Amino acid sequence: MPATLNEHIVTSYEDELIDLNKSISEMGGMVEQAITEGAMALLKLDHVQAQNVRTFDAQIDQMQQRINDSVVSIIARRQPMAADLRMVVTAIQVANDLERTGDMAKQLAKRTLQLENLGLAPKFYNGVKHMKDLVSRQLQAALDAYLTRDSKAAVEVCNHDDEIDAIYNSLFRELLTYMMEDPRNITQCTHLLFCAKSLERVGDHATNIAEAAYYLETGRHLGADEQQRAPR
Amino acid sequence: MDATLGMAKTTETAGAPLIQSEINHATPVRARDVVVHYGTKQALFGVSIDIPERSVTAFIGPSGCGKSTFLRCINRMNDTIVGCKVTGKIELEGADIYDPSLDVVELRARVGMVFQKPNPFPKSIYDNVAYGPKIHGLAQSKSALDEIVHSSLRKAGLWNEVKDRLNEPGTGLSGGQQQRLCIARAIAVGPEVILMDEPCSALDPIATAIVEELIDELRENYTIVIVTHSMQQAARVSQKTAFFHLGKLIEEGKTEDIFTNPKHKQTQDYITGRIG
Ligand SMILES: Nc1ncnc2c1ncn2[C@@H]1O[C@H](COP(=O)(O)OP(=O)(O)OP(=O)(O)O)[C@@H](O)[C@H]1O
Ligand SMILES: [Mg+2]
Repeated sequence: MPATLNEHIVTSYEDELIDLNKSISEMGGMVEQAITEGAMALLKLDHVQAQNVRTFDAQIDQMQQRINDSVVSIIARRQPMAADLRMVVTAIQVANDLERTGDMAKQLAKRTLQLENLGLAPKFYNGVKHMKDLVSRQLQAALDAYLTRDSKAAVEVCNHDDEIDAIYNSLFRELLTYMMEDPRNITQCTHLLFCAKSLERVGDHATNIAEAAYYLETGRHLGADEQQRAPR
Repeated sequence: MDATLGMAKTTETAGAPLIQSEINHATPVRARDVVVHYGTKQALFGVSIDIPERSVTAFIGPSGCGKSTFLRCINRMNDTIVGCKVTGKIELEGADIYDPSLDVVELRARVGMVFQKPNPFPKSIYDNVAYGPKIHGLAQSKSALDEIVHSSLRKAGLWNEVKDRLNEPGTGLSGGQQQRLCIARAIAVGPEVILMDEPCSALDPIATAIVEELIDELRENYTIVIVTHSMQQAARVSQKTAFFHLGKLIEEGKTEDIFTNPKHKQTQDYITGRIG
């Protein structure tokens, strides 16, 4: 809980909100791990790790269920107001974005299994790896902003979203070049292009989480507070 | 959102000319720097607020913060309390209600009140509603009086339940029906403003829902101020909410803003159930 808020008179309510925050933190950690391992599986064409990521996804889905159930229960029993209301509502949103991010990790794992026998040139991967690093940083920063109620950090995350789009576009052109150089590259590069698209989506989910963090702390929508954002 | 709406307004200096409200409604009730003492004990410390027309304004705040005291200032019910002294200014449609030449009985017809505990007179249902119009001379004939009683009971959503028993005592109705009878009684004299002090606190959830539905219908024609301890009720029925704490108006604004994003920490602590 943020330090600026006093404790609830009903301590069990306080505990429930703290637990909810912990669950989001835990789910966030799981999803970060899934993205990292999914990308690692892809970059090393590691079949076993890819399988692990796929099965891990079920746990992420369960975690989302648990978060949704506790939010429904808190709303029904406590009728949260103001900052508490924003917290439970954004918890649902963030859990949803995290679940979708988990799906993207699963996509990376699936592609890994399809790429397995293609024997790829490492240069194809550099762009994807770079993109994965940036996306992971964004996701982590967005989650931190949410968990610590840091609206400034949330704005930072949103302002960096363009970079991911830029990398995606340049990666797209790069992979296209490889395909034109040698049509035998087409299958692998297309798979990688889909992976890049998945990572780009993770960036979008990170932005959503950052927007939720901004709303959670300020009670305002970042879109409506456009002056907060860096000029484009 | 208009930034001025969400923010608590600061108290103006006493006697300063009333400013045009920023709120996009006419504001039939305007209070400036209202101070109330009960004997030597000060209960209100300079409350200034505009009450918008044909909408519901909710007063919330911890017990003893002065909600009822301020509500009672609006129709001078505090006059009846020995030792109670009110200063500052309250205007109804631009006229000072504390003007000594003002007819208080007429004021209370224009600004009706419904109390926490339903308090029908020990008379028939019909007479409960007919009493006000009679003493104010609003009906010239028996049929005109009948018409006022019937339409008031209809507006209060009680007609279908009592039309066959108008001569039975009002005290024989259920609590929720009694409260609607009291609302019909307030409506019967054609008020502009209706003040309600915790009107549902003695009612079960069904009767409460019926009264809330009624309040929502009444705001088409009346300016309503409701004191409530239920945050959910304030959020459901009101368009504007004012938060009081220790005799001061801490924050007022659009209800949705107060309950999703209050500006003041005291408001936040109170509505979220935190130790302030
Ligand atoms: N008739 C009275 N004589 C003396 N003091 C009074 C009187 N009525 C109210 N007070 C005092 O004035 C302060 C405000 O009381 P008020 O009844 O307006 O509070 P409230 O916000 O309506 O509280 P509640 O939610 O409990 O109804 C309290 O300290 C109360 O003790
Ligand atoms: Mg009271």
